Amino acid sequence: MKKFPPWLSNILMPFVGIVVTLVLWQAISGRVVQSRQPDGTMEESKAGLLKDLPGPITTWEKTRKYVVEPFAKREELDQGILRFTWYSLVIVAKGYAIALALGTPLGFLLGLSKSFTKMFDPIIQILRPVSPLAWMPLGVVLFSNTGRAANELAALFTIAVCAMWPTVLNTAVGVRAIPQDYLNVARVLKLSRWQTLRRIMIPATLPYMFTGYRLSLGIAWLVIVAVEMLTGRIGIGNFLWNEYNNGLYTSIVLCIVTIGVVGFLLDRAMSLLERRFKTA
Amino acid sequence: MAFLELKGVSKGFGTFGHRTEVLRDLDLSVERGEFVAIVGYSGSGKTTLINLIAGLQLPDSGTVSINDLEVTGPGPDRGIVFQNYSLLPWLTVRENIALAVDQLFPNWSAARKRQHIDHHVGLVGLSHAVDRRPAELSGGMRQRVSVARALAMDPQVLLLDEPLGALDALTRATLQDEIGRIGSASGKTIVLITNDPDEGILMADRIIPLGAGPGATLGPSIVVDLERPRDRKALNHDPRFKAIRAEIVRWLLGPGAHKSTSVSRKLVLPDLEPEDLDLPRTLFGVKRVARRRSEQVRENIELR
Repeated sequence: MKKFPPWLSNILMPFVGIVVTLVLWQAISGRVVQSRQPDGTMEESKAGLLKDLPGPITTWEKTRKYVVEPFAKREELDQGILRFTWYSLVIVAKGYAIALALGTPLGFLLGLSKSFTKMFDPIIQILRPVSPLAWMPLGVVLFSNTGRAANELAALFTIAVCAMWPTVLNTAVGVRAIPQDYLNVARVLKLSRWQTLRRIMIPATLPYMFTGYRLSLGIAWLVIVAVEMLTGRIGIGNFLWNEYNNGLYTSIVLCIVTIGVVGFLLDRAMSLLERRFKTA
Repeated sequence: MAFLELKGVSKGFGTFGHRTEVLRDLDLSVERGEFVAIVGYSGSGKTTLINLIAGLQLPDSGTVSINDLEVTGPGPDRGIVFQNYSLLPWLTVRENIALAVDQLFPNWSAARKRQHIDHHVGLVGLSHAVDRRPAELSGGMRQRVSVARALAMDPQVLLLDEPLGALDALTRATLQDEIGRIGSASGKTIVLITNDPDEGILMADRIIPLGAGPGATLGPSIVVDLERPRDRKALNHDPRFKAIRAEIVRWLLGPGAHKSTSVSRKLVLPDLEPEDLDLPRTLFGVKRVARRRSEQVRENIELR
């Protein structure tokens, strides 16, 4: 058998995978069947392996209006899917920025000082696995007296505090992994502390930092859905929750797919950036 | 008083009880403008010696002084060419050298700095690769950049720590000639550390063998009174070359050789009982339980 050229198979293979998944999805999802009742009337009922799971065709038919006009704003709770996504992305970006601004210096401190590590590493290890759902109520309480901004601040707090840890830990690892040779260069040249940090340590740590940034972004995007569900901020997570309450399961599927695709694209973008900063 | 002087220098590593003395009571004096090669076994503490001169490490006892000033830390008056190049991978060749030049000559104009860098890059024959990053260079080219960087610092002493150790034989030969030429042309005081007697003879004015560690000591200095420029092809048959080589090797294998009596190492045997092969095999293989000797409970039963 003749092999496909790599560029073709790079496109073809994922395409095949998607098609197979769609077919399987259609196969296990519920469908509507009509049956003739003894009294002669027709009755509709659901059938299938997972009869409440909308199949891809149903999903497309029911959620078309969100997708074909992705930026439409019809009502507060009836907007295009990308418009909702945009609201979420804005809040993620803010929270993520806070996470990086706090996490990077903290990581550097941990990497530079052994005693600092000994002091605070246990606390970090304890705070790290705490779920966003646990932080969120605390955030709401903390910022409850800020009036209109309370929801947003609570959301930012939750995103920042959850997304920070991979940045902290990876930066710390990166700082510890700086080869002694690079530091010897700095010592021989008698670079000042600030110069050593700026010219040697930060560039040497960048690849590790970006790995951390990428993982942090993934977490920030995970957290946003939970945050929006709890606070009722307009966004894709909130949309998902409302549609759940309205019993519109097709919209839930649409949201899941959108969240997944956006998360994937964010990760790709970060890994491209990451590769750009890979040294040696 | 010699230009570079080591007096009674000793250096060891490890904590009390597990201490290994690497260098013992070294005396060395190098005159200004001299090219000295220190030839020794690998693992004998050559890098430690160069680190002491560079000030990256401080001696446990004794003093290192340059120009009558005691060395208390690293400084740009001693340019080092590290064994593993130590170029910063995110900077181009120019930027790597510029880092040193900017730091050491902050008052120079941009044009003068640029000209200084270009001059030294040209000196090692890398003008065509000035905007490449280290990852795009071969090992030999990287080492040349490292030499150019050290020279651009305009140091009083140039320290070469097995600069050619990681290179293949042919590149090594070319670079030996080049560094030898650049070194003697610059008129700088140079200390070369190497494990190759031929390399030392080819490049240096004087050779000092360093015995095997631990507790390595320096041998008698051997003057290389061969005409420069030295031609490696002709040297192979030069009786004087052979005599110097024999002298170095004789000392390294004789007085400087491994002292079997001085090696003391505490051997720690693994604290494990050998596995019992008679254990019956189960469906998922033998159930292996590591047993430690120290965890075994012994009971003494006295019989009367």
